[in-house]
Amino acid sequence: MPLDHADVKKIAHLARLDLSDERMGGIATDLTNILELVEQLSAVDTEGVVPMAHPLQMAQRLRSDEVTETNCRELFQSIAPQTENGLYLVPKVIE
Amino acid sequence: MQWETVIGLEIHVQLATQSKIFSGASTAYGAAPNTQACNVDLGMPGVLPVLNQEAVRMAVKFGVAIGAQVAPRSVFARKNYFYPDLPKGYQISQMELPIVGTGALTIELENGESKVVGITRAHLEEDAGKSLHEDFHGMTGIDLNRAGTPLLEIVSEPDMRSAAEAVAYAKKIHALVRYIEICDGNMAEGSFRCDANVSVRPMGQKELGTRAELKNLNSFRFLEKAINLEVERQIDIIESGGRVVQETRLYDADRHETRSMRSKEEANDYRYFPDPDLLPVELDDAFIEEIKQTLPELPDEKRQRFESDYALSLQDAAVLTASRELADYYEAVVAAAQSDPKIAANWVLGELAAALNRDAVDISNSPVTAKLLAGLLQRIADQTISGKIAKQVFEAMWQGEGDADAVIEAKGLKQITDSSAIEKMVDEVVSNNPKQAEQYRSGKEKLFGFFVGQVMKQTRGKANPQQVNELLKKRLAQD
Repeated sequence: MPLDHADVKKIAHLARLDLSDERMGGIATDLTNILELVEQLSAVDTEGVVPMAHPLQMAQRLRSDEVTETNCRELFQSIAPQTENGLYLVPKVIE
Repeated sequence: MQWETVIGLEIHVQLATQSKIFSGASTAYGAAPNTQACNVDLGMPGVLPVLNQEAVRMAVKFGVAIGAQVAPRSVFARKNYFYPDLPKGYQISQMELPIVGTGALTIELENGESKVVGITRAHLEEDAGKSLHEDFHGMTGIDLNRAGTPLLEIVSEPDMRSAAEAVAYAKKIHALVRYIEICDGNMAEGSFRCDANVSVRPMGQKELGTRAELKNLNSFRFLEKAINLEVERQIDIIESGGRVVQETRLYDADRHETRSMRSKEEANDYRYFPDPDLLPVELDDAFIEEIKQTLPELPDEKRQRFESDYALSLQDAAVLTASRELADYYEAVVAAAQSDPKIAANWVLGELAAALNRDAVDISNSPVTAKLLAGLLQRIADQTISGKIAKQVFEAMWQGEGDADAVIEAKGLKQITDSSAIEKMVDEVVSNNPKQAEQYRSGKEKLFGFFVGQVMKQTRGKANPQQVNELLKKRLAQD
């Protein structure tokens, strides 16, 4: 399944990656090669095989419902570009 | 053209755990911004989510309560999108293998009929943070305290055909999650949120019309209004030759309109994939069975028991069992007063409900406790006071003037049941009003009420009404 410029552009936008037009062609080729490699798996008969959700053959461990974290706001906000009244400030998002 | 409305609901139920679904940060409401957001909630590099056992138990509890298949194996997936209140750039949710499978819920409609609404699935996920759009020098403020709070998203089949049905279903889910104590149900604080998928189609057509998803419906009233508004909008569009676009629309209660959320249009490509940080959740039958044993009596069972044990109408039983607190209160009254369950129901749904509503008091804080109301009902049953005087006593008890006996004593409200005393007053009233007595006897029977009124006036309402009626009839038949 070869990817064209438009596909790459869309994927890049969804991932919020800013790709220059010059790089677009190379990346389209690279991604197409990866997809072709993976596509070889289609040749395998997977009838009756349960899709794997995780490479480890284990089940999720559960933790008990206890509050174990303390307030570390100051520490976290010391590396934030901008804060005010305890809030993180980000460029305006308009609904 | 006749149109049919088709509605499906997605309800987000905030699970009442102490800590978050994947971290040990507190979920308590109302804390100072970002004081309950730890490195896992913030999506710091290198952190790993660890699943909260209580969130799993609560989801399973819901599953067994609606008779659904609880998945022996469920998988968490990443739902990818960018928004500042979602620090990781993905929400951990469940896609292909949700924890709760197909189930159903029966709702009661206004016409007395009931209807089964299918539940497609319910899955666990984490909540996002909050964006505050007030002006921070042209920027948006982000509070991540809510990020990582456990949610159970309950998805219904498109089985509802009117806003009223959608509200009945939402209320039923609301009652259920509070009964089984997995959610506090507080809609104002966002613990219980509804999104509605609404479409219309010509009556009789099989395939569904294009739907719009309505968001921001944070009360049952808004849910109803927004759906009705949206149905009108869609019919108008189609009838004037247009086409409904599939989109997300936000309900604005102040302006009473829905408007398109264009910002979400392009983003509907979430590229779900299994979250490599979390292993599949495996639950054995013993675990599920153990949770089943902890289920309390559910609203439907309770309603049926109220109908049969207390001989209540379906309507009364449904209202009384809508919340566990109200049902418990009612049963406490009946047990303590050993009174007629129907009279107790009338008082709880009448005077008490009106007073709670008027003063915006929650049943658990009612100044008239079940014991106090039971005391009042006993005094009606043993004819110490009439039902009419009892309303006065109730009001006094509501104002904190003591129990029924104290109020009756203090205000001298004891009913007069002494026949000879009543007879004397009847005698007086009839003698003092010869003209009316004459008219009554010559066929103007309406005047009977006048005489009753006069006697009651003399006794300030305290005379036993049945006795007054009997003695008056007897007296007026003479001469």
